[in-house]
Amino acid sequence: MEEVTDKIPEEQIESRLQDPLVEKLQSQFGEDIYNAYETYGIKTVVVNHERIFDVMKFLKETPEFNFHFLTDECGIHYPDNKGQELGVVYHLHNMIQNIRLRVETFFPSDNPVINSMTPLWPAANWMERETYDFYGIIFEGHPDLKRILNMDDMDYFPMLKQYPLEDGTREDKNDKMFGR
Amino acid sequence: MSEVKIGKAPEGSEGPGYFLTSLDKIVGMARENSLWPLPFATSCCGIEFMATMASHYDLARFGSERLSFSPRQADVLMVMGTIAKKMGPVLKHVYEQMAEPRWVMAVGACASSGGIFDTYSVLQGIDKVIPVDVYVPGCPPRPEQIIDGILRIQHLATEPLKRRSSEEYRRQLAEHGII
Repeated sequence: MEEVTDKIPEEQIESRLQDPLVEKLQSQFGEDIYNAYETYGIKTVVVNHERIFDVMKFLKETPEFNFHFLTDECGIHYPDNKGQELGVVYHLHNMIQNIRLRVETFFPSDNPVINSMTPLWPAANWMERETYDFYGIIFEGHPDLKRILNMDDMDYFPMLKQYPLEDGTREDKNDKMFGR
Repeated sequence: MSEVKIGKAPEGSEGPGYFLTSLDKIVGMARENSLWPLPFATSCCGIEFMATMASHYDLARFGSERLSFSPRQADVLMVMGTIAKKMGPVLKHVYEQMAEPRWVMAVGACASSGGIFDTYSVLQGIDKVIPVDVYVPGCPPRPEQIIDGILRIQHLATEPLKRRSSEEYRRQLAEHGII
């Protein structure tokens, strides 16, 4: 059994993945495939956010790729990556050959706009609403982009790192109560 | 076998064949021993409540076996579990539909103060939205504690008029915008 650690080994991240599928993807999209690596047994490609819809359409509709199932779609925020603060991560599954693929794409937080995947996968509808709800990422082409979990009158996107996790109205957590 | 105890009669004058007291005391005594709870259970405290209602702890012994799933016929709103901020207006709406006299019991740490969920999405205690009469601490509280809370509500229920007309109750209603 492989030992699971929190840290992904450096060489594993940096190594360009020698994989026929990834090579085909690279020959199709060239420089728009920024990176390809494998972590925890899942192949990962990092894609130019302006081409993400074409790449996903290609992955779904090309017979040899056949990634017909969108397992997950979520946002991520790295405030220290200047110009690439926000990201969207897609998990795809080819159920016929049982191959999984993770697609990542990053873009600046001052213009968080990306194509919606709803024309390809109706399942993306709610997942994109959730991503919008928590990260404020605008999905162009989404039929009904509004909050899904948080209150409608919430005026910020709580998963962005600049906002505190705590509520702030708590009264029983002051030092007096804990004898400090 | 313990002896069957009969509820204590209210103050009044007694003679052969008659008993004289005020109507509100009789009504209060009837209310006290027949509270209809509305369980508003959202998480694990609700499971403790189910144990409280079941045969082992048997809340029916205290006259509360009849749960009301309509707020219009309920006397006690029992809020058991984490209330998300999105649920806050719903809870308030349920409370507003209850007829006076009405009581609210916050069961468990989450309903009382937000509990461990000090986070942007969780209401930090239901008293931010509606007035609360009895707080039952615990995470979750044991059924005995929930019964103790019911008994305290019963104590309040003997004199509903006193509480309804109190300054504090009116202030809380005004604060939460409930007429």
